[in-house]
Amino acid sequence: MRITQGTFSFLPDLTDDQITAQVQYCLDHGWAVNIEFTDDPHPRNTYWEMWGIPLFDVPDAAGVMLALAECRKAQGGTQYIRLSAFDSSYGWESLRLSFITDRPAEEPGFALERQERAGRQIAYTTRAYSAQKPEGERYRG
Amino acid sequence: MVDSPATIDLRADFAASGLADDLAQLDHDLVGLAPVKRRIREITALLLVDRARATLGLKSQPPTLHMSFTGNPGTGKTTVALRMAGILHKLGYVRRGHLVSVTRDDLVGQYIGHTAPKTKDVLKKAMGGVLFIDEAYYLYRPENERDYGQEAIEILLQVMENQRDDLVVILAGYADRMDTFFSSNPGFRSRIAHHIDFPDYADGELVTIADSILTGLGYRLSAAARTALGDYVARRRGQPHFANARSIRNALDRARLRQAVRLFERDEGAVSAEALSTIEAEDIRASRVFDADKSL
Repeated sequence: MRITQGTFSFLPDLTDDQITAQVQYCLDHGWAVNIEFTDDPHPRNTYWEMWGIPLFDVPDAAGVMLALAECRKAQGGTQYIRLSAFDSSYGWESLRLSFITDRPAEEPGFALERQERAGRQIAYTTRAYSAQKPEGERYRG
Repeated sequence: MVDSPATIDLRADFAASGLADDLAQLDHDLVGLAPVKRRIREITALLLVDRARATLGLKSQPPTLHMSFTGNPGTGKTTVALRMAGILHKLGYVRRGHLVSVTRDDLVGQYIGHTAPKTKDVLKKAMGGVLFIDEAYYLYRPENERDYGQEAIEILLQVMENQRDDLVVILAGYADRMDTFFSSNPGFRSRIAHHIDFPDYADGELVTIADSILTGLGYRLSAAARTALGDYVARRRGQPHFANARSIRNALDRARLRQAVRLFERDEGAVSAEALSTIEAEDIRASRVFDADKSL
């Protein structure tokens, strides 16, 4: 099951040229771009691992793409990788844009658990099949 | 598909790029440096022709533009590097046209594993612009085989080769030490297409430079002071640690100091704007450079 989230969730995965163009758009607005990765694809998982510190003071998208290439070399194929852009013009860093650039080769999807409660109420839980394995072993095949 | 035009007017292209102004400005602002200016014109022409070829659908591969600037201290290497970033940007060869100026301590770390992230950080910042490495020969220290400089050199070489259209690297340093540096790092020499040598300034050129520095500060030289400055340059050149335009700038700073003291200690209270902005011969002749004659 293909996970989608973030700004371009309704589009097919972006090509490198498209990623470069989006990153340049962010940099031209003075936003700092951050690279993150995770192997827990749950939509409510907001705590992704950071790939180094956010790329402050980088004027050109090629610098970000260089860091993304390093991240892919280390994490590509087994982790989700996303780019986020932070706007600091209000005095605090606020998220402006965020999209997934890389995903594992195979995404097993989610189980939906229904919990029957008093008065025929049902509480729902989604649980990623991949997250049943311990962290770091989820997409090792 | 758009048909490519049959001919291209190189002159119109040149005029449209707005580079004529830049090159004229360069000629005007930089005194002397004939070989440097010639090379900049050559590079400009090459890039324009290359662009024209691309427009006509001919094969065109962006040329390697990594450069090395060698020359004595104060010959304008940093100034030219700054201009170079602007020119390459106008020609569309680099996308941003910013200059990141670094030295050894910005690239090389203190501990094992510290160098690569540091160098990569600098490279990320320089992407799309020009990376200027001043005193580049310090990167390589043959006397210490555990020096981390070699690691920075390897990363630099890799990026210089693989991301030629994202980054232009300019190395600068004194000629003799750069020669040693290149002979121990042959990879560097072959990846740099343009080795530009900055000649020393002639005495007359240095006086012209002094004029333009002073004009920028709102001062001027009296006729006698100009002669004195000519003498000063000729003498200063023979002394150790002569640094071309930088020595002149320092000499002028000291001359302004002496001018201030002279005006301050004068008896009459009122001074005219004329007096405040004129450097006299005595301000220059009081320099230590002239002491040698007195003691003889």
